[in-house]
Amino acid sequence: MTTTTKPAAPAITAPARRPGPVALTLRQSRLEITQFLRSRESVVFTMGFPVIMILIFAAIFDDEIAPAVSYTQYFITGMIATGLMTVSFQNLGIWIPIERDRGVLKRYRGTPMPKWVWFAGKVIMVVAIGIAETVLLLAVSVALFDLELPATAAKWLTFGWVSILGVTACTLCGIAISSLARTARSGSAVVTPVALVLQFISGVFFVFTELPTWMQQVAAIFPLKWMCQGLRSVFLPEAFGAREPGGSFELDRVALVLVAWCVIGLVLCLTTFRWTTKRDG
Amino acid sequence: MHDELAISVRGLRKAYGDNVAVAGVDLDVHRGEVFALLGPNGAGKTTTVEILEGYRRRDAGDVDVLGSDPARPAADWRSRVGIVLQGTGEFDELTVAEVVRHFAGFYADADDPDKVVERVGLAGKAKARTHTLSGGQKRRLDVALGIVGRPELLFLDEPTTGFDPEARREFWELIRDLAAAGTTIVLTTHYLDEAESLADRVGVIAGGRMVEVATPDQLGNRREALATVSWRTPEGAWETAESATPTALVAELAARFGGEVPGLTVSRPTLEDIYLRMIGHR
Repeated sequence: MTTTTKPAAPAITAPARRPGPVALTLRQSRLEITQFLRSRESVVFTMGFPVIMILIFAAIFDDEIAPAVSYTQYFITGMIATGLMTVSFQNLGIWIPIERDRGVLKRYRGTPMPKWVWFAGKVIMVVAIGIAETVLLLAVSVALFDLELPATAAKWLTFGWVSILGVTACTLCGIAISSLARTARSGSAVVTPVALVLQFISGVFFVFTELPTWMQQVAAIFPLKWMCQGLRSVFLPEAFGAREPGGSFELDRVALVLVAWCVIGLVLCLTTFRWTTKRDG
Repeated sequence: MHDELAISVRGLRKAYGDNVAVAGVDLDVHRGEVFALLGPNGAGKTTTVEILEGYRRRDAGDVDVLGSDPARPAADWRSRVGIVLQGTGEFDELTVAEVVRHFAGFYADADDPDKVVERVGLAGKAKARTHTLSGGQKRRLDVALGIVGRPELLFLDEPTTGFDPEARREFWELIRDLAAAGTTIVLTTHYLDEAESLADRVGVIAGGRMVEVATPDQLGNRREALATVSWRTPEGAWETAESATPTALVAELAARFGGEVPGLTVSRPTLEDIYLRMIGHR
């Protein structure tokens, strides 16, 4: 380190300078997070739902699914995956139609804000809330149900990439499905059934391999099943992989399907996203 | 190209399926001018304005707004254009001050957000969540968002719908201030008094066409229109005559009655009469 002081950056002193991309993104995401945290329903529903579910599940199933593997250890993976899907897919699929209907999106379009800044704000909000919600879920499970956290760096790495790919796919699909809702109210009607059905068939509420085979095959088309499976490889012992439908945790296939959904979601977003309502032309 | 023109439109057309909303509109708006677009619902006002704002694609025609085609605007075009959309926006859990400050952040040379909030008459509501505002207050917030970037050109789509008379007068003062500072203003309105008191020129749109463009007092040859003279006959019945020379008629009546003419009125058509006649013809 040298002791010479740098001259003040001209960017700070120059008047009337258009805000840069980083500043715009930070401002937008701060606004989105503020908006989310002030909406009591969103906070309770998104942050609280997975925690409440794990409390119920842990109370119902207090025995072991396999030697030294408690039901809680199994279901925590489904709850983390569900939580990530709720904060991304459901949150956006419900709120974007409301903002579109209220003309919020149209007003943004009328400003010099680059379009991508709005998307970046949503993504950062989803990631921030997703991390907070997952940490809360893990903390509750460790404190109350003796959940064992991943022991190795490799497992934490898997935890990281499965979560990131899963959230990305669900975020893009949430933005894409928001265009199906014609009015502010219909967003929830479009998104909630999809999310609920996926939760039931993807092994969130039941042990996946105990579901009918056809149901497992349907679930394998969608991302949630693969998010759960990837997370099981993080929280369950290596040997448990033999009980998966494919005979192992199939992490390569987890990555493949989630990346495929990211691509599908992105294409749908780019082709179907609307800043205005249908009746607005 | 059009140095003195803020907006130049030739042969603008837009159809939604079989429904032709705009059927060949020509329009010039000069820099610094306040231009009012009048017309009944469904006449094509909002479609025209939203094409100029870059929200909608046109089917045909040449459009130039501040030197750019709004469908393919230059990089800084959006920061030079302010937009107040039809209908009110709501930012749910954010306060008035937060929303205005946030939008100010999109512009290089934004106005002071607190001053803008005060200017639109929302200073007392700066800390209120936007969903708690009344309809008129939400409209003021829209106006604040439209002007916070100090636009050269401001579009106002039915800005005073839902205002009480006092709020409208205050709003008119704001528009006059902006115009005096050199802002070009295009507003659509249903209110003839609004057009008459604010606009330098008025364009009447009906059935997707521009029926006439004139200053408010010349619209529909209002000045040259026949005057209506009415009076009561000695039998007590009302008599009405249209006349190009009402003074001569009144003099003749005065002579006939030998002094005071009972119930005498002389009137010219109001802007509303002219307007209704114009859109009734379509």
